[in-house]
Amino acid sequence: MKRLMASLTMALGVVAIACASDADPLKSSRWPDLQRQYLGEAPVTFDPRVEVLAPKVAEDSMNVPVTVKLQGLPDVRRVMVIADYNPIVKILDYQPLLARPGLSFRIKLQQASPIRALVQTGDGSWHAGGAWVDAAGGGCTAPSTGRSAPDWARTLNQVQGRVWHDGLNQRLRLRIMHPMDTGLAPGIPAFYIENLAIEDAQGQTLLKLETFEPISENPVFSFDLPDTGEALLRVVGRDNNGNRIDAKVQP
Amino acid sequence: MIARLVSLLLLAGAALAAHAADFDYGLRPQQVAEDSWVLIGRTEDITRQNGGNIVNASFVVTRDGVVVIDTGPSRRYGEQMKAAIAMVTDRQVVRVFNTHHHPDHFLGNQAFDSVPLTALPATQSGMREQGGAFADNMYRMAGDWLTGTEADAARESAHAGRVSIGGHDFELLALDGHTAGDLAVFDRTTGVLYAGDLIFLDRAPTTPHASLAHWRHSLDVLSRLPVKRTVPGHGPVHDDGRGIAQTRDWLDWLDATFGRAAAEGLDMAEVMRLPLPPRFEGMPLARSEFERSVTHLYGAYEQQVMNTAAQRHLQQK
Repeated sequence: MKRLMASLTMALGVVAIACASDADPLKSSRWPDLQRQYLGEAPVTFDPRVEVLAPKVAEDSMNVPVTVKLQGLPDVRRVMVIADYNPIVKILDYQPLLARPGLSFRIKLQQASPIRALVQTGDGSWHAGGAWVDAAGGGCTAPSTGRSAPDWARTLNQVQGRVWHDGLNQRLRLRIMHPMDTGLAPGIPAFYIENLAIEDAQGQTLLKLETFEPISENPVFSFDLPDTGEALLRVVGRDNNGNRIDAKVQP
Repeated sequence: MIARLVSLLLLAGAALAAHAADFDYGLRPQQVAEDSWVLIGRTEDITRQNGGNIVNASFVVTRDGVVVIDTGPSRRYGEQMKAAIAMVTDRQVVRVFNTHHHPDHFLGNQAFDSVPLTALPATQSGMREQGGAFADNMYRMAGDWLTGTEADAARESAHAGRVSIGGHDFELLALDGHTAGDLAVFDRTTGVLYAGDLIFLDRAPTTPHASLAHWRHSLDVLSRLPVKRTVPGHGPVHDDGRGIAQTRDWLDWLDATFGRAAAEGLDMAEVMRLPLPPRFEGMPLARSEFERSVTHLYGAYEQQVMNTAAQRHLQQK
């Protein structure tokens, strides 16, 4: 009996290790292709330190909240977020630079899909984590709601922002007015923010972010930055039509 | 022993499967007062097993015919409700009230198509605008239970006031807060309040079209009625103020939790992970409804915090 238990434990242990390393814990048929497309031949580990927080069911397919939480993973250089079954797979590509490596945002989801964070550390290795989100569908092929309002162009690229200090870091939350059209709604070309960066008062870049069509309309982001006290933060960026984003947030 | 347990489980599974395969909701009218009957739904989410039978639908057998309050989640449910009514009376249905436009309360309307289908004006437009999408989504969640179901919007407008039907004195209350139009039906003859989804009991309230402030005001109105027995939209029939108290407690808690989270700068997916207070932990669907409510309601709370900040701090270049 004891031996049975021991061999069972061993077998379970082996399975657990196998899961942690290479088999896709989200069991998505798209993963092998996506892995090749986004990571090439680089090895990837499914790592419990890479957490994607998202609802089990997308209550609003146009606004699915996602938080990427990275705890205990040192020296994060890059965070790529993808949704396997979205018509446009890539959501964002984040370089935390001096900021904390986690972030929050909202996405449009066309159907049930895994949402994955692919995280590269300083040694070049990739760490993956993710969550399945069920969805009724339609998030990417619907026109943005702002399109039906006559004055969306007047508020284009306006930024609302606020900073919270917790004594160690400062959290910056931003809302940027932008239709973020995917190009998949009939007659409406793709129109979305491509680049964002946060700079400190001296012009030093704290973080850089590339964003893609699946980011929700009037995007809301949360970043955690090193605390720079009362110093101004500058938000700069550009959409795919060349319109600039440039705003200052006073903590 | 284990083999017996397994075979028992298999048998139970087979019985459930058979139940699901012939799409029998097993509706059994329970009498809650003289002439007054309720079909009690499960306090579950909509699944392919329960076919959407998660709602309380009621009927009152008056001298002049039967008054139906809500028709359930599908055409099949409506048809089986009709059969369940025929088990207790041979009188015809003369009036249907839909308490609001959510699909589990009106997708059975097709079975009562020859009867005046009545709802508040806001509910009628909600049914017309969103009914099709609701039916699609219900089909996605409950599967073939929904076969043949189409949104059949109420054609007659209900208005606040007294309506006397066959010796029953009904008071119609035109309220809102759970949705833009929430009709509560109070039968002054029996003292039974048919509250629709303004009242939940022992099942977490849902908020896809909610205004918390309006909802709480509607609860105030309902709490002043001389009610003997309450039929909530979801959960057990009860004789005290528990439903109102618990629903209000949940709404107050949502409001306080979202307000605090926004003030602390949390993002939506983080709010979804906040702990439930012990009193709600064991409540069916508390976690999933809380998650859904974050999507429905939290945006307004964070917007308010951001706006305040924008006026004070932000310098737009």
